[in-house]
Amino acid sequence: MPKAHVYKRDHINTDEIIPARYLTTDDEQELAKHCMEDLDSEFVKKVSRNDVIVAGEDFGCGSSREHAVWAIRGAKVQTVIAKTFARIFYRNAINCGFYIIESKDALEKINDGDEIEIDIEKALIKNKTTGVDIAFEPLPTFALEIINDGGLLNHITKKL
Amino acid sequence: MAMTITEKILAKAAGLDSVKPGQLIDANIDVVMCHDVTTPPAISMLQKKGIDKVFDPEKIIVTPDHFQPAKDIQSAELHKRLDKWAVKHEIKHYYKLGKAGVCHALLPEQGHIRPGEVIVGGDSHTCTYGAFGAFSTGVGSTDLAATIATGQLWFKVPPTIKIILNGKLAKGVYSKDVILDVIARIGTDGALYKAMEFTGSTLANLSMESRMTITNMVIEAGAKNGIIELDKVTKKYLKEHLAENKKDYTVFESDPDAVYESIEEFDCSKLEPIVALPHLPSGGVPIGQCEGIEMEQAYIGSCTNGRIEDLRIVAKILDGKQVAIRTIIVPVTPTVWKQSHDEGLFDTFYAAGCVISAPTCGACLGGFMGILAAGENCVSTTNRNFIGRMGHPESKVYLASPATAAASAIEGKLTDPRKYL
Ligand code: SF4
Repeated sequence: MPKAHVYKRDHINTDEIIPARYLTTDDEQELAKHCMEDLDSEFVKKVSRNDVIVAGEDFGCGSSREHAVWAIRGAKVQTVIAKTFARIFYRNAINCGFYIIESKDALEKINDGDEIEIDIEKALIKNKTTGVDIAFEPLPTFALEIINDGGLLNHITKKL
Repeated sequence: MAMTITEKILAKAAGLDSVKPGQLIDANIDVVMCHDVTTPPAISMLQKKGIDKVFDPEKIIVTPDHFQPAKDIQSAELHKRLDKWAVKHEIKHYYKLGKAGVCHALLPEQGHIRPGEVIVGGDSHTCTYGAFGAFSTGVGSTDLAATIATGQLWFKVPPTIKIILNGKLAKGVYSKDVILDVIARIGTDGALYKAMEFTGSTLANLSMESRMTITNMVIEAGAKNGIIELDKVTKKYLKEHLAENKKDYTVFESDPDAVYESIEEFDCSKLEPIVALPHLPSGGVPIGQCEGIEMEQAYIGSCTNGRIEDLRIVAKILDGKQVAIRTIIVPVTPTVWKQSHDEGLFDTFYAAGCVISAPTCGACLGGFMGILAAGENCVSTTNRNFIGRMGHPESKVYLASPATAAASAIEGKLTDPRKYL
């Protein structure tokens, strides 16, 4: 069962998610080895397939490096749940076809290590450890269209 | 319908009579900025999709800057990918080593930025160009790839916050102090998804270089773009920098009854030198509250504050003095490098014990040329002081104006620059 990795912090920035010293590659698997390194050097050891990251406001602020999304996705993280996302991170995630969740309540209702199931259709985060369901506002239609096409480039190649 | 300058530019770019905040549009892009970190991945994405074209080789500006000259084998490979692609697609404005400079300083200096246009770049500080009355914003590699292929990009029209800057700056206080103060007040997400429109009497006395320092940092408040209307200072700069065949441009102004999401006023006449304490750009406090904190390094450069005006201020303060700590000076572009050389600033830096680098982003993002060890402090004229930004996760970055950085370099601790002016 996927677990939550909870960071009770606002403004987790792209330098913490993937430090610039690793930006000489764009290989997702390489980047994944350093995912969240300057925030939590143990993260890559703890994370398993389909786990989720939970954080506060303004997740992914800072640089425009899409490497931040790639590192997280490369680490097989299913989604990031944050109170809000920084603008470029939000765009990058959608453009990569990576579903992210904005929720004001999740941080209070999910503890580190809780087992989590996400139901995108019903827009529900199910905390299996506490039995609490958290509803979230689904991504807007235009974003879903891009994600369903598998990212922005697939989306626009339809038009080309 | 009454509109702000940002709304007017976006409406024009989308071919619409008017737009309003929240509206989704497809905008035509006038200029695309490409550098060595985010463009190579974009190129690979396009290749994987079998898209082997660029929408307009004249509108794409390419300069390696983050790791240039290449710092290791991997960055050399990035440069090679960028170079092959730029050559193959006959990119007209491709700045190779020797001509390359830090993107956000290079593009305006070389006359690629015009008012009323829409500019995107694969770099968060692309917001810098808003100082010229343009809509300009940073994007990631996928957006970049899409724009390179189609010349279009989707946007959600942002609501605008109006920032009124009143009063003349006191001696020793610069536009860097202004923007650090603004971010300290509104916070690192105070303008999330929004446009920040700057106006007010303070701006009239600021050069284009100083204005770019302000718009450069709007991303540190979360903003989509920062924008300053055209005035005679802008016109003069454009006259000097735009090529003959590019001297025409459209000027937009906000309507008097345009709708703003909020209006913030700042009295800049009472402002003091500000230092943003680690680890957020919003950590700004007056120098009096942090004077004396010991530094191991001073870093003077970056797209925020590595232009000729900045280096002149630094030289004035360092003239006849010795620096007490490692002091690294990075002129942002080859032109700035040459100007500093010709004006004798290098002599001053050399005599004071500084090291002078080639134009590069270098240590601003913890790349190379001035990386910090564990526990070290650096006073820096850059724009970000996040954890690990300039090196070890246990190092600390203090953001300040070039004057404050120079004065601090002399004393080896955070120092009020006014005593050296
Ligand atoms: S100088 Fe620093 S902030 Fe500016 S573009 Fe380079 S890395 Fe980014």
